Amino acid sequence: MDQLFWLPNHADLGAAIGEARQETDPAKCLDTFAQLAGYRRDFTLTNRLDRTAGKLLADLVAKGACKTAGLTPLRVAILSSHTIDHLVPAFRVAGLHRRLALSVYVAPYGMYRQSLLMDDPEMAGFAPQLVVLALDARDAPLQLPLESSEEDVTAAVQARVEELRQLWSAAKTRYAAQMVQQTLVPLDPPVFGSFEALVPAAPYALTERLNTAIREAARRDGVLLLDLAWQAAQGFYGKGLGDPVRWHQAKQLVSPNLAPLYGDQLARVAAAAAGLSRKCLVLDLDNTLWGGVIGDDGVEGIHLGQGTPTGEAFLAFQHYAALLAKRGIILAVCSKNDMAVAEAAFEHPEMVLKRADIAAFVANWEDKAGNLRRIASMLDIGLDSLVFVDDNPAERDIVRRELPEVGVPELSEDVSDYPACLAAAGYFETISFTSDDAARGRSYALNAERKAALTQATDIEGYLRGLEMILTTTLVGPAELPRTTQLINKTNQFNLTTRRYSEAEVERLAEDPGALALAVRLRDKFGDNGLISVVLARSDSSLETDELLIDSWLMSCRVLGRQVEQAVLEVVAAWATEAGWSALVGEYRPTARNGMVAEHYPRLGFANRQAPEGAESDATFWRYDLNAKPTVTHFIEIEKHE
Amino acid sequence: MNEQEVLTALNPIFQDMFDDDDIELTPDTTAKDIEGWDSLAHVSLIVAAEQRFGVKFRTAELDSLHNVGHFAQLISKKLNG
Repeated sequence: MDQLFWLPNHADLGAAIGEARQETDPAKCLDTFAQLAGYRRDFTLTNRLDRTAGKLLADLVAKGACKTAGLTPLRVAILSSHTIDHLVPAFRVAGLHRRLALSVYVAPYGMYRQSLLMDDPEMAGFAPQLVVLALDARDAPLQLPLESSEEDVTAAVQARVEELRQLWSAAKTRYAAQMVQQTLVPLDPPVFGSFEALVPAAPYALTERLNTAIREAARRDGVLLLDLAWQAAQGFYGKGLGDPVRWHQAKQLVSPNLAPLYGDQLARVAAAAAGLSRKCLVLDLDNTLWGGVIGDDGVEGIHLGQGTPTGEAFLAFQHYAALLAKRGIILAVCSKNDMAVAEAAFEHPEMVLKRADIAAFVANWEDKAGNLRRIASMLDIGLDSLVFVDDNPAERDIVRRELPEVGVPELSEDVSDYPACLAAAGYFETISFTSDDAARGRSYALNAERKAALTQATDIEGYLRGLEMILTTTLVGPAELPRTTQLINKTNQFNLTTRRYSEAEVERLAEDPGALALAVRLRDKFGDNGLISVVLARSDSSLETDELLIDSWLMSCRVLGRQVEQAVLEVVAAWATEAGWSALVGEYRPTARNGMVAEHYPRLGFANRQAPEGAESDATFWRYDLNAKPTVTHFIEIEKHE
Repeated sequence: MNEQEVLTALNPIFQDMFDDDDIELTPDTTAKDIEGWDSLAHVSLIVAAEQRFGVKFRTAELDSLHNVGHFAQLISKKLNG
């Protein structure tokens, strides 16, 4: 099995890399490299990709030009108890494939405690945003006699996890960095055979307990996992994890030939932390969700359901897609079919997915690339949020060529493998899971109903009034922190400054009494939209002392066009007036994705303001005089929770 | 494959690894002759050769790899053994 089996094969990747190097424009060159990184590649080709791409990325980061190249910069420090240098190129390449410009700092081997607990000028100078603690089961062994009691083992495991928690906490306070903890891969052969796990102090039992305790502590402390132990158990790494020869030769936990896989696993966590995970699963229908062709075979003729191996396999894939929907992945359909025929298939008694689960349903005879564009615009999300699953290799190939932003996994020819293929590709890696996520599918379905209501309402005012919207604002506290951070990191379109912050950074701002961290929820007569907008505001030394800078203002596109921003301004202005500020200053930093809010501040009655010193050259600034504030109109009732 | 044939087959592996199409291996080539051939690259070379030739080096054999000729000899012996 190829390690990156969900990626397509390239006819001659080596030659393509050579050709890409001839390109003199660094941004174009990186663009090509980012695409080439999306093909199946071994470690030698991966390293070759990195040799040029790594340099270009470093230049780009140094010049602060990532944004214009459509890349998100991220500084990652890797602290490790084993040799990790040989995995860094593959990490960078996998990051580039996800539009991340990674800067990587590798602390000297085995020095992870020093880097976190003591003053480390090099680390401090690097200012990591993400700290990866890559430990292994041989590091800091718990010195317990084999006959130790259950209680002694529990105490030793707790002590070790407390030590890790101190390191996590140091990463947070010292660097305001998001921590990623690697779980421990059991390496040593059993001492007791199958009896191993029944002996509390046996090596395998100890590692298992440590991992359980690490996962629990990570959940409590807001630490992310690189769950290598679980990956190993799934068999992805084969013998490439903890190969004793590589360990004795070079203290490598991961063999060099599996660097592309490890790099990809780590890059997806990093990308998720930077808000670059995908949001929507677009499904083909015939021979993807069921066996056969609905237009030819009819509802009775398709293979779906209990009784035959094929029917059950398609059922299993639908179950997997339904589970993804339950965790907040939006589902869409893109199929070459007549709309009425395609929709009728959802009446099949054994369909797991229901028509109402599909937020955007496109069935026609036009090309799929165009239809995927339509789906993205119907849902107000970017093409880079889409994953397209189609059993037909030709369709996959065309979509990859026409829309390189869309994730298109290679599929096995056997439908039984579909769930595993989709899962292995890791498109939907996340950094949090909240009740808002669980409700998202429903929320998109409701949005479709709202759109229908809009076409019925004769005037926009009547429509907005009829929605009976209630806006709730809360100062960000522990309960809002995960979803607030999630929204900050994944909102691209309605985002005035696209500043990304870790949970620790948001927490720091929220605790500052002079600053405002506002979480906004919206519900209406159709249901609850959840936490949909965030405003961060603070003083800034480059402004006048009575001016409050709106550092970040972002909103989920689900509630566009409903005057939520007007209502939010009312709340922010009231807070600022009470806190003694004379004016609000809004900043707009253009990106490739946020053109829709270029006129946000003037629309709200802000006046153009001179850019302060040190501002980015393409940023615009806007001022809102709190003493002479223009009237704001909206049809939303406001509730405040302090 | 004899030693010379292995050496010829090793050449592109080295070229890819060090990204240098000008590399011309001889039996006497050592780490000193190739820029970037450090201990890290050394491990990677061994793994790449294992993959290319479908062989596995024993731990003890790793101790005694002094030059490319030696490397080729060992691989050839494994292939013919």
